[in-house]
Amino acid sequence: MSSYVIRRLLQGAGLLLLVSMIGFAILHLAPGGPLSQFAAGGDMTQEDLDRVAEQLGLNRPLPIQYLDWLWRMLQGDWGVSYRDQQPVLSVIGSHLGATLELMLTSTLLAMAIGAWVGILGAIRRYSLFDGLATIGAMIALSIPTFWFGLVVIYVFSVGLEWLPSGNRYTIGDESLANRIHHLIGPCMVLALVSTAVWSRYMRSSMLDVIHQDYIRTARSKGIPERRILIHHAVRNALLPMITITGLHLPTLLSGALVTETVFTWPGMGRLFLDSINYRDYPVVMGILMFTAVLVLLGSLLADLLYHVADPRLGANPT
Amino acid sequence: MTQAPARPAAGEDDVLEVRGLNISFHTPAGEIPAVRDVSFRVRRGETLALVGESGSGKSVTSLGILRLTPKPPFCSISGQVLLRGRDGTMRDLVALPEAEMRGVRGRDAAMIFQEPMTSLNPVHRVGDQIAESIRFHEGLSRRAALGKAADLLDLVGIPDARRRLGAFPHEMSGGMRQRVMIAMALACEPRLLIADEPTTALDVTIQAQILDLLRRLQERTRMAVIFITHNLGVVAEIADRVMVMYTGRVVEQAAVRPLFRAPLMPYTRGLLRSVPRLDFAGLGREKLAAIPGTVPDPLEPPPGCSFGPRCGAFLPGSCDTAIPPLQEALPGHQVRCVRWSALTGEAA
Repeated sequence: MSSYVIRRLLQGAGLLLLVSMIGFAILHLAPGGPLSQFAAGGDMTQEDLDRVAEQLGLNRPLPIQYLDWLWRMLQGDWGVSYRDQQPVLSVIGSHLGATLELMLTSTLLAMAIGAWVGILGAIRRYSLFDGLATIGAMIALSIPTFWFGLVVIYVFSVGLEWLPSGNRYTIGDESLANRIHHLIGPCMVLALVSTAVWSRYMRSSMLDVIHQDYIRTARSKGIPERRILIHHAVRNALLPMITITGLHLPTLLSGALVTETVFTWPGMGRLFLDSINYRDYPVVMGILMFTAVLVLLGSLLADLLYHVADPRLGANPT
Repeated sequence: MTQAPARPAAGEDDVLEVRGLNISFHTPAGEIPAVRDVSFRVRRGETLALVGESGSGKSVTSLGILRLTPKPPFCSISGQVLLRGRDGTMRDLVALPEAEMRGVRGRDAAMIFQEPMTSLNPVHRVGDQIAESIRFHEGLSRRAALGKAADLLDLVGIPDARRRLGAFPHEMSGGMRQRVMIAMALACEPRLLIADEPTTALDVTIQAQILDLLRRLQERTRMAVIFITHNLGVVAEIADRVMVMYTGRVVEQAAVRPLFRAPLMPYTRGLLRSVPRLDFAGLGREKLAAIPGTVPDPLEPPPGCSFGPRCGAFLPGSCDTAIPPLQEALPGHQVRCVRWSALTGEAA
């Protein structure tokens, strides 16, 4: 077990190195740079700009800049944001709460609803419910998130005035009720797509299972249908969901770019977008590495959980 | 092997009586009749073998008895399936409400299947899978049911039964899993055991062990057994009576010896001739021969006898006019062939 985990972590480290190189290269290849906004302001001379570049180390060759970043990173120094001079880790930390709050709520909602829709759809395959669920899922998956977010704001905030149009809470009122009130809109938008995804996965997994021989065996024993479904079918159908959950874990902390932007939600997704716009290299690289680590840990966790949940694989992965 | 008459006059000893069973599947391509007007009886302690090619309706018949075929919009069952209950009365399973039907499955009649590798739930321990039906039907606690499950594993010849309760199916061989399936089926001491090709997926040596086990258990419990197979060697070994099916109909039914010695239906003869054994009486040293052609498309059945297109004795004008009736050719020997007497005359 532990040797497996260590091996996976070592592989992960190699992967992280690769991710950092590619990320760093692409980021610096993008036109513009941290200095272009100062230049656009017009009140800085070329010497000023050169001096800033010198201070930030941006005038060095790219490989040197990368190695410098990598060396500091390995020592635990994530750097300082160009925008507000805050350490990258504390910038990320200050956005994590909002993202986790939004993503966890919408994911739990989506999993609960999606799993049921999928299970019912599989049991009553080709029924009216299944048909509507399938069409609904296709529509939900095809709607662009930014558009749906705007529609929600237009209908519920502008039109009906039921929901706030953005932010995490009204300034000066951080009560739970106020937070929940703000959460409804973005949560609805995010959950819509995830519910669709979850219901489709669950439906196909469930369809695989309910045609298995062991379900027929359970029926031949005279077990009530409800118990067959839960004890025999869903128990098996959930196994592939572990992988999907594991792969989904990173998004819980890396956030939703579009939805957070539309609803001016102060989370990781919006931070990432803003940081890219500002060419805030240390923050972008920080988020990139943070997300990459989460992806690796998520899939490792899913694999380990799989071994716990599926007796065929044995408790000790090798 | 006892020579039992196929149709006993009194039904006191009958465990199961099937009358005019029809099972159809409703598919987008049309209605597919899988089982047509099938009637038979099985008595206490008797083994009836159901024989036929793939698609002959033998498995659907067995699933239909326990109503394990798909639910109504996709499949319909008509006719009567009379099963003797614990109180000794015959109940029609076709008319039974689903909730009561659940009390019959696994208790009055149990089933074992062809694929022991896939018929056990991979995520549950075998002990719990055996105990499940005991707990449900007899209301025992998990602990008591597991105790009974251990006895059952012991009964079906699994060594170190108590420890094996905690094993998962993947930790067992195919033969062991089939033993677990048998233990599971016998858990509530059913009067009827339906075995749907229980040895087909197993090695020959394991096959013999499982057949032996089934025979031993039947002697002990006097349960009736319906044994579905396409292996005529197995039939000769285990059955008292044989029912041959083709395209969903019974085409011949007789006690095992008369059927092997003097099959009346050309289809049965073809089946016997395609067995790689040369010592069947009446077949002499003929070459091993497969039946030509394949089972007809159920959506476009041939006119008259459905075996006609593949039959060597096909006679235009008499075989392709109407579906031949199932007639009592000899006492206890029924055949669905208009030419059986002419053909036995030729053979003699």
